Amino acid sequence: MSQATDSEAVREDGVIESVSGPVVTATDLGAKMNDVVYVGDEGLMGEVIEIEGNLSTIQVYEETSAVAPGEPVENTGEPLSVDLGPGMLDTIYDGVQRPLDVLQEKMNSAFLDRGVDAPGIDLERTWEFEPTVEEGDEVEPGDVVGIVEETVTIDHKVMVPPGYEGGEVAAIEAGKFTVEETVAELDTGEEIQMRQEWPVRSPRPSADKQTPTTPLISGQRILDGLFPLAKGGTAAIPGPFGSGKTVTQQSLAKFSDADIVVYIGCGERGNEMTEVIDDFPDLPDPQTGNALMARTCLIANTSNMPVAARESCVYTGITIAEFYRDMGYDVALMADSTSRWAEAMREISSRLEEMPGEEGYPAYLAARLSQFYERAGYFENINGTEGSISVIGAVSPPGGDFSEPVTQNTLRIVKTFWALDADLAERRHFPAINWDESYSLYQDQLDPWYRENVAEDYPEVRQWAVDTLDEEGELQEIVQLVGKDALPPDQQLTLEVARYLREAWLQQNAFIEVDQYCPPEKTYGILTAIKHFNDEAFEALDAGVPVEEIQNIDAAPQLNRIATTEDEEAEEFIDELEADITEQLRELY
Amino acid sequence: MKEYQTITEISGPLVFAEVDEDIGYDEIVEIETPSGDTKRGQILESSSGLVAIQVFEGTEGIDTNSSVRFMGETMKMPVTEDLLGRVLDGSGNPIDGGPDIVPDERRDIVGEAINPYAREYPEEFIQTGVSAIDGMNTLVRGQKLPIFSASGLPHNDLALQIARQATVPEEDEGEDEDEEGGSEFAVVFGAMGITAEEANEFMDDFERTGALERSVVFMNLADDPAVERTVTPRLALTTAEYLAFDKGYHVLVILTDMTNYCEALREIGAAREEVPGRRGYPGYMYTDLAQLYERAGRLKGVEGSITQIPILTMPGDDDTHPIPDLTGYITEGQIMMDRDLESQGLKPPINVLPSLSRLMDDGIGEGLTRADHGGVSDQLYAAYAEGQDLRDLVNIVGREALSERDNKYLDFADQFESEFIDQGFDTNRDIDETLTIGWDLLSTLPKTELNRVDEELIEQYYQEDAEAVEA
Repeated sequence: MSQATDSEAVREDGVIESVSGPVVTATDLGAKMNDVVYVGDEGLMGEVIEIEGNLSTIQVYEETSAVAPGEPVENTGEPLSVDLGPGMLDTIYDGVQRPLDVLQEKMNSAFLDRGVDAPGIDLERTWEFEPTVEEGDEVEPGDVVGIVEETVTIDHKVMVPPGYEGGEVAAIEAGKFTVEETVAELDTGEEIQMRQEWPVRSPRPSADKQTPTTPLISGQRILDGLFPLAKGGTAAIPGPFGSGKTVTQQSLAKFSDADIVVYIGCGERGNEMTEVIDDFPDLPDPQTGNALMARTCLIANTSNMPVAARESCVYTGITIAEFYRDMGYDVALMADSTSRWAEAMREISSRLEEMPGEEGYPAYLAARLSQFYERAGYFENINGTEGSISVIGAVSPPGGDFSEPVTQNTLRIVKTFWALDADLAERRHFPAINWDESYSLYQDQLDPWYRENVAEDYPEVRQWAVDTLDEEGELQEIVQLVGKDALPPDQQLTLEVARYLREAWLQQNAFIEVDQYCPPEKTYGILTAIKHFNDEAFEALDAGVPVEEIQNIDAAPQLNRIATTEDEEAEEFIDELEADITEQLRELY
Repeated sequence: MKEYQTITEISGPLVFAEVDEDIGYDEIVEIETPSGDTKRGQILESSSGLVAIQVFEGTEGIDTNSSVRFMGETMKMPVTEDLLGRVLDGSGNPIDGGPDIVPDERRDIVGEAINPYAREYPEEFIQTGVSAIDGMNTLVRGQKLPIFSASGLPHNDLALQIARQATVPEEDEGEDEDEEGGSEFAVVFGAMGITAEEANEFMDDFERTGALERSVVFMNLADDPAVERTVTPRLALTTAEYLAFDKGYHVLVILTDMTNYCEALREIGAAREEVPGRRGYPGYMYTDLAQLYERAGRLKGVEGSITQIPILTMPGDDDTHPIPDLTGYITEGQIMMDRDLESQGLKPPINVLPSLSRLMDDGIGEGLTRADHGGVSDQLYAAYAEGQDLRDLVNIVGREALSERDNKYLDFADQFESEFIDQGFDTNRDIDETLTIGWDLLSTLPKTELNRVDEELIEQYYQEDAEAVEA
């Protein structure tokens, strides 16, 4: 959380009128909407969410037990803001940008105490500043004036804040600075520090939004292969519990080829966040080989942490993402889960006794969701660079029913839909993404990239796979009635091919090291190997070979082993396997 | 302490009183009725001049002349190691006729959230001796793994079996126990709204097996006040946290029945005329349940741990009902009891297909259980799922119409249920035994069908002579 360093910001004190859970009302506060206030003797942080006459309603970001009417409320007069600057990567925050490691130290306890505040970035630490402009250069808002090495992977660009007038650089010097020290002065008298503050509920400005044409490679075969997401795109992963939302989100955080990853654990399990905290520092970033944490910012607001901070954590996350976008980076933001965010809105709304919309959610649910997802995109920044924010939101529909308001309102906005399926999860088919229900509207705009960078016939081979899977779906309905053996041989063979598509291609084991990440070339390789089997097998069938004999060739089950072959050896393995398949099948006729 | 006789309204479990001082939210209140009874309650809403009080022990006998005392503090649980072996009521008062409890400390029962940064990731395998759990849905120390059951199913027998048999294999070596007795295993049992008969069943078993000595029992029975149920699990978990994180015990918390807890939440919500969420349950039920379930886990640099096994009965066997649904989103998996398997006489009637342990993958494998554990479990799942599908088909076309391969899967599914799942509530199988049975079953399938297990492991464990199963 950003701490207003200038203490004259404290303007007026109010008095608590009533307390009910996270909602507190106060009189005589003299606050504006969304002002941050400190509530009670302990100074619990809160935000003004309703003003009626002299009475202000506040949502409090901490537990309110024992807070009593009559206690004071202090108004900062400023909206909820985050500190932006070097030091955000390799850090884990709670929902209002308090670093959790600092909190543990300050509270001297494994449990989260109340009323403890901490700045979002370390104010003491010094950074080696390297100017990229010289004295006399003309700079405008957004322009980069220098660089600090934030982590081994990421150079942090120090920019002229958006609100500035801009002008000629009057003084700039290399050296070690804290985030609050001035690194450059302009002839207008404006001073530039590394640290910027930004209110979380307003998007940072950009010059233009463009159509995304590059895929965000995830290393997940079903995603890259069938339902790709663009850099700057939006995706939703809805699914009932146990279907693998979090595993999919974490795989994306680990392996996607974004420059920066912002991972928001919103109202999820404590142990899950701990797993991320434990794993990420040890895992290598597939692009650079450096520690994964060097490009990652984590925001953890677990389900038992205060509900109001859950409401704010997605805004904290996206504001941090926008700051890195401004530097020209491709940012991927994962929000797990947006349903918990929506429920937090509902909980606060019902405490305010607002008129409920569908299923008790506030009427402004759809508006808030679309405002959030619209902060994603492929941008032209105000400093002329290009950067992107891809947003991947998990949705946890009650009872796995996709017709509920959060899923429906999300689907109206996002362009990629990865539907998780409890049936597949029960069969341990992971990732349990249903290929019939899922879709990606980015396919057409990404196809040129795939043709150029992976294989010229990529879209065609993919279409073949989709058709085969579709056909299997129809045939399965018949099989349910009459059994597989009653089908004609060619249809039986189609089922066999489709089975390999499911088992050897779509399934991917996140717990086996070689299979966690599949490069697009290998994704394509496995697919063409299966297609090779398909083509050869149908030729054999035409030549009169019985379908059982085709199915029983030794080479076919080897298709399942490609995924677990080391990436470097995969190509050779596939070549040999294709040769074996051809040989063994041709022997039969 | 000031006394008020200013009650203005009594409605269901709620009492409204006028006050002329400032009362803190969540604070404890005592109400004395004209007949001299003292009832305890808690502040649900506090504004200057008026408070809403939720009364734990029911509002019977309270009139507008009853006197109200504000205790000036939030609800506390007196904690001490001496609680082990004691039986308390749902509000934490001893009911076993033993001596008064002399607390070391009084702890706030709401509990603070554990800083995710301070957590230690759970990955120590707990051997429950139940194949369906150990083999397929492994429990680890610090996990919260609920049993999703339904009326009439033997979830209590399963919970007792786990409480009785659960061990961490390394401890058998005897090394840990010597260290200041630091690694003892304690059970905290929180009963909410269970019948006296069920309570007796639990107590008898605890006494018979000597487990009571290392247990703390909280009993809110079916005829105890419903509102008290909102406090019972918090008392139990506060005690568990003290034992685990201050005294270094490994604690197993069993909470039954969470459905009754949620009913109590709904009752309070309705009395307060709140805007209801799904099926009338309050909109904050997710947050409320999370505040219970998330009080499980391990902490860095602390010896003890809390493992939670909440039990809930799904109304109408429906796992999309808000109670199991919200629970499943918070807990790390679920063990699913199945009525069909129960009627086939399987003990325990666990349906492994919809069951899940999210922490399993990190708690098993080489060095933890056995290298083949993950593969065997995946393969058993896939094969059993396939066998289940074929059963539907057999009903239509008959067994003769199926191929030899399909028939093998059908036999596999039958044997999986009779050999692997149906072990009885008194059998304690170690993990090697469980995996051996798994391989016996997998060996009835052709080797080429085993696509989820590493080839080397297949060579090591697959029995070419499939007849071995009959032995």
